[in-house]
Amino acid sequence: MAITAYPGADAIASKGWVGAHKWLLLRRLSQLSVLLLFLAGPWFGLWIVKGNLSASLTLDVLPLTDPYVLLQTLFAGHLPGMTAITGVLIVLAFYLLVGGRVYCAWVCPVNPVTDLAHWLRERLGIKGGTQLSRQTRYWILGTTLLLATLTGTVAWETVNPVSMLHRGLIFGMGFAWAIILAVFLLDLFVSRRAWCGHLCPMGAFYSLLGHVTPLRVSASAREQCNDCMDCYAVCPEPQVIPPALKGADKGIGPLIRSANCTNCGRCIDVCSEQVFEFTLRFKDKSGGLEKRPQSHKMEVMS
Amino acid sequence: MASGEPRRSTPTLAGRRRFLVGMARTAGGVALLGLGVGLYSRQAASLPALAIRPPGALPEPDFLGACIRCGLCVRDCPYDTLKLGELGEDVATGTPYFIARDIPCEMCDDIPCVKACPTGALDPALTDIDEARMGLAVLVDQETCIAFQGLRCEVCFNVCPVRGKAITLEMRHNDRSGKHARFIPQVHSDACTGCGKCERACILEEAAIKVMPVRLAKGELGHHYRLGWEEKRKAGESLVTPDAPHRYNLPEGQRYDHGGEGLIFEAPASETPFGDSALETLNQAGGKP
Repeated sequence: MAITAYPGADAIASKGWVGAHKWLLLRRLSQLSVLLLFLAGPWFGLWIVKGNLSASLTLDVLPLTDPYVLLQTLFAGHLPGMTAITGVLIVLAFYLLVGGRVYCAWVCPVNPVTDLAHWLRERLGIKGGTQLSRQTRYWILGTTLLLATLTGTVAWETVNPVSMLHRGLIFGMGFAWAIILAVFLLDLFVSRRAWCGHLCPMGAFYSLLGHVTPLRVSASAREQCNDCMDCYAVCPEPQVIPPALKGADKGIGPLIRSANCTNCGRCIDVCSEQVFEFTLRFKDKSGGLEKRPQSHKMEVMS
Repeated sequence: MASGEPRRSTPTLAGRRRFLVGMARTAGGVALLGLGVGLYSRQAASLPALAIRPPGALPEPDFLGACIRCGLCVRDCPYDTLKLGELGEDVATGTPYFIARDIPCEMCDDIPCVKACPTGALDPALTDIDEARMGLAVLVDQETCIAFQGLRCEVCFNVCPVRGKAITLEMRHNDRSGKHARFIPQVHSDACTGCGKCERACILEEAAIKVMPVRLAKGELGHHYRLGWEEKRKAGESLVTPDAPHRYNLPEGQRYDHGGEGLIFEAPASETPFGDSALETLNQAGGKP
């Protein structure tokens, strides 16, 4: 953020406001559409989708089940029914294709909350706070599964902000707003992008589906990069950018391979030099599949 | 900036120390979170007595491990009976339940809630709604139930979907008036599904008949107990001491049938018990002719 007043200012100047917010707008549209599909039933009696993100039934034929929630029931010692298994397989197939953490950026109802907290944090110039490791989420993921086994219940679902917010909006909120407020305040004051980028076990789970995803962001025109740092400023997982953007010297391809890239496309929006684009993994000509960035494994597993 | 970016440097003592401390900090923090969530989930696992699970729900501990709180059962309930627990309520967040006094279960023949459940938390093996055991109705307050006052109410008996089986009316003597009967509703656990229609229909301000979880409603006989008459019926004879016919020492030509006709005269009484000759009568010894 050193050069311009705010990230994306150059892009707005060169591409116009809409051009510099294209993927953000599409993403908000996607989040809103998913929510409205679920709300159309209880609000307008239009039953296209029933249930919530944990499990749903679309048009009375298509079952969808959240794999992370069902995994918790498995760890709690319950063998799920066929409908749930079918639903999980469909969901797994979808996110393996488009990228696991597409769930986070394009579907999850908590994302607008934490994005708002982040926007406000930048606006108010709040800096510092607690430093969290980005690996914490994997620890929490393991802990929630362990808890399911130890308690014999899907313990995490009694507090999970993601399922709680979505279910709350559709079935009745109760005091769930307090948990959402806690997440908001955490992201605003305590630590930058704390929830979605460091803690959420659901995001951690979905990231595990992102290792072979065909659909990826690529820094295809990385030689045009003018080091404005805007992409780093807007990226919810900025550690995923450098290998692709700055790895030319080390022979690393321009494809962003990290499973924690949420495919939000915000980097494409804010880049005035058109460095980034959505692409398919096997189209990665310059890098090649054999030249994987060395730090990639470190970043995901360490 | 990002905190998780790995830094490649020669491992020094200080670096290793920093790594270990960072690791311990993360592990400790996560353990703290895990303990909190674990304890809370234990707390949240206690179901209030008035909250009844939908038909076919697995036993409560299994149910809490199987239900993914999607609300599909709620959506497919045609009578809006079911609700999902909200955070702050006593019912575990997101799990389905109903309150019988508000909206009881209408016991649909096709059991749509069970069909809607994707995980089997509502057991698909339940195909006959009469086999459902959501709870058990109990006439909890004999002091206010007006049937016990000798009034003919019988509303619970009449609304019962398993009519005449789950609730019967037992006729008892009315001690107060001395000449009337009381018709006492009696619940039979072998037929009651716990639907709660009786509780909903009870005419009192506060229902005298309530559906409770079976674990609260039922007593349990010691497993070593044997009911003598049951054992006798099964074995065909008494297992303790062989039955000896009771001897009543009645006059000749008479016997006594306990629980039957009472005193029975077998031989038609002759006009006179005495013979023609007085001497002959006197010579009769010990009732022998």
